[in-house]
Amino acid sequence: MTPTLAHYLIVSGLLFTIGLAGVMLRRNIIIIFMCLELMLNAANLSLVAFSRYNLTMEGLPNYNGQILVFFIITVAAAEVAVGLAIIVALFRARQTTHVEDLDSMKF
Amino acid sequence: MNAATVPWIILFTPLVAAAVILFFGRYSKPFSAGLAIGATLLCGILSWWLFTQPDATEPNQFFWINLPDIFSVPIGVTVDHLSKVMLVVVNTIAPLVFIYSLGYMKHEEGYWRYFAGLSLFLFSMLGIVLADNFLMMFIFWELVGLSSYILVGHYYPKDSAADASKQAFLVNRIGDFGFMLGILMLWLATGTAVFSQLFTSETLALLQSNGLYLTIACVLIFCGTVGKSAQLPLHVWLPNSMEGPTPVSALLHAATMVAAGVYMLARFFPVLEHVPAARDVIAWVGGITCLVAALMATQQDDIKRILAYSTISQLGYMVLGVGVAESWDVPMFHLFTHAFFKCLLFLCAGSVIVGMHHEQNIWKMGALKNKMPFTFLCTIAGTLALTGFGFHGIGFSGFYSKDTIIMWAVVKAPVLGWIAAVTAGLTAFYMFRLLIVVFLSVPRSEEAKKAQESPLVMVVPLLLLAIPAVIGGWPFIEHIFFHTTEPENVPSIVHYALLAMFLGGAGLAWVLYRRAAKDPVSIPLFANRLYIDNLYTWIVKVFQDGVAWLAGWSDRWIVDLFVAQVPSKLTWACGYVLRFLQLGNIQAYAFFFGAGVVGLIYLLIAR
Repeated sequence: MTPTLAHYLIVSGLLFTIGLAGVMLRRNIIIIFMCLELMLNAANLSLVAFSRYNLTMEGLPNYNGQILVFFIITVAAAEVAVGLAIIVALFRARQTTHVEDLDSMKF
Repeated sequence: MNAATVPWIILFTPLVAAAVILFFGRYSKPFSAGLAIGATLLCGILSWWLFTQPDATEPNQFFWINLPDIFSVPIGVTVDHLSKVMLVVVNTIAPLVFIYSLGYMKHEEGYWRYFAGLSLFLFSMLGIVLADNFLMMFIFWELVGLSSYILVGHYYPKDSAADASKQAFLVNRIGDFGFMLGILMLWLATGTAVFSQLFTSETLALLQSNGLYLTIACVLIFCGTVGKSAQLPLHVWLPNSMEGPTPVSALLHAATMVAAGVYMLARFFPVLEHVPAARDVIAWVGGITCLVAALMATQQDDIKRILAYSTISQLGYMVLGVGVAESWDVPMFHLFTHAFFKCLLFLCAGSVIVGMHHEQNIWKMGALKNKMPFTFLCTIAGTLALTGFGFHGIGFSGFYSKDTIIMWAVVKAPVLGWIAAVTAGLTAFYMFRLLIVVFLSVPRSEEAKKAQESPLVMVVPLLLLAIPAVIGGWPFIEHIFFHTTEPENVPSIVHYALLAMFLGGAGLAWVLYRRAAKDPVSIPLFANRLYIDNLYTWIVKVFQDGVAWLAGWSDRWIVDLFVAQVPSKLTWACGYVLRFLQLGNIQAYAFFFGAGVVGLIYLLIAR
């Protein structure tokens, strides 16, 4: 059985759901951050799949999707740099990475 | 050089001098004084030259603002007999005052500031004299107010000087507001503010078609004179303006500022003479002013204040003259003679003040006649000129000009005429009081015993001014400048009455003050200036306190309620409700965010 577009989208959806669940449920901020990356990569996967299965009239893949993936990877890399820096600074200030301890804005 | 450009040179020379002194004068005293004196001497020479030239007939103007058919403001010069005479008066007195200032201001602060102010003052006055329309006159009218503010407040660190300059400025504003309304009314009715166009017979006919409107406009324009020439009830600023340096008082009382009001009426005379109701108002204001101010002068102790009230009184005569005489020559003739003898008297007072080391109370002076002989002689000349000493056509300058006004008043409005005649007696009384107390009798203080004659630079202008003060009214001189006419059917008793008034006033002063150590007469009503100043203080205080209370109340209870209290409470309440959203749980925020995105997408699609 050859994989179809639907298979890729199901995998992408699963990855996104795992990422979302991680962001919503986990307490360690580094894990949350990793899950966030996972969601981005789920989006990348679906974009590549769409690119592969929506051929142009000449029979070539639609490269727009793949170009967009590169942009997402670049932005994600930048975001990781900033995000990790924030986490390091946060840890230095509060000696914790546990989000439940970070509630000083609570009324 | 021709007759068209010379007026412009005369007008702008003092301005240029003032500007240069303002920028560079502080580095050198001789430079600033020399430049100011040079400028005014140039003006003086050119004015006399212009006086020999024929009147200009062509309009000599340019447009400051020119929007055809909508709005134009012309700036132009009038060269006619009236303005030429006034130029000669102003520019003859100004150089003498400037030179005198060299001596008077020698050791004073702000030398360059003083000379820049004097030059600006002269420029403003020349602008009024030369203006060929009401707008330009109004601009310079305000400039005169500004320059007097600067000069009266010359000793501004002193509270009384700062207050006096402020008062002069504000009281003048009241009169100027009426003046402006009057100008606007005329402009609205005729569409022009240029004198030569206003005085054409068509415009006059147009104006006279609505008599009440014209009368109101004329009375409003007269308000400008009431403020600037210190007529009742806006006279209060003039005595207080004595806080300025004495040469400034001399200039202000003789040639510039207060003369502007009378000059403006003379300029406006071609319209005014067709408005008898307005002239009645003018005559009565002038007549009452001359009497009341003379009464106040009889009880003042400050040498400069006596002269200030006498100026108000004499201005009252001029204004009365505008109200009763058949041509502007009569009041302008008195302005002409008054300019010389009043300037002389002020400079004499300045000389006395310098000799007395800046003591101004006449009851600290006495027996100065031997210590200051030239000043004494000049004061006698000025006093006799001011009191109008003379009989049967021979006398000092004031005799001719003042008696002409009184004769017109006696014929046209007998009540005012006799008020003016009584005032002449009062004038003799208070002037001889000053003369006797200051120069005769006995010295009343150590300073008076040690007083010295002033330096030559002050005495020479005095002597030069004494000449026109004595002969300025003699018919052969009068006919060069004026063509006054005397009314017919003057009762001959007037001449005798005036002589009797003079002798009575002078005699009474001699009897009362010959040996007095302190003032033997005490009339608090006059000494306190009829309590008019107190009344104004009270009015201003009540009015100001009332407005302040109202403003404070509405600020606290109305503005604060709607602008401060209500919004602050509302903001606080909203904030209080919204702060419950702060859960302190980062994942809840993420959830809200996601839910929000989903909600937005739902709204966009489902719509």
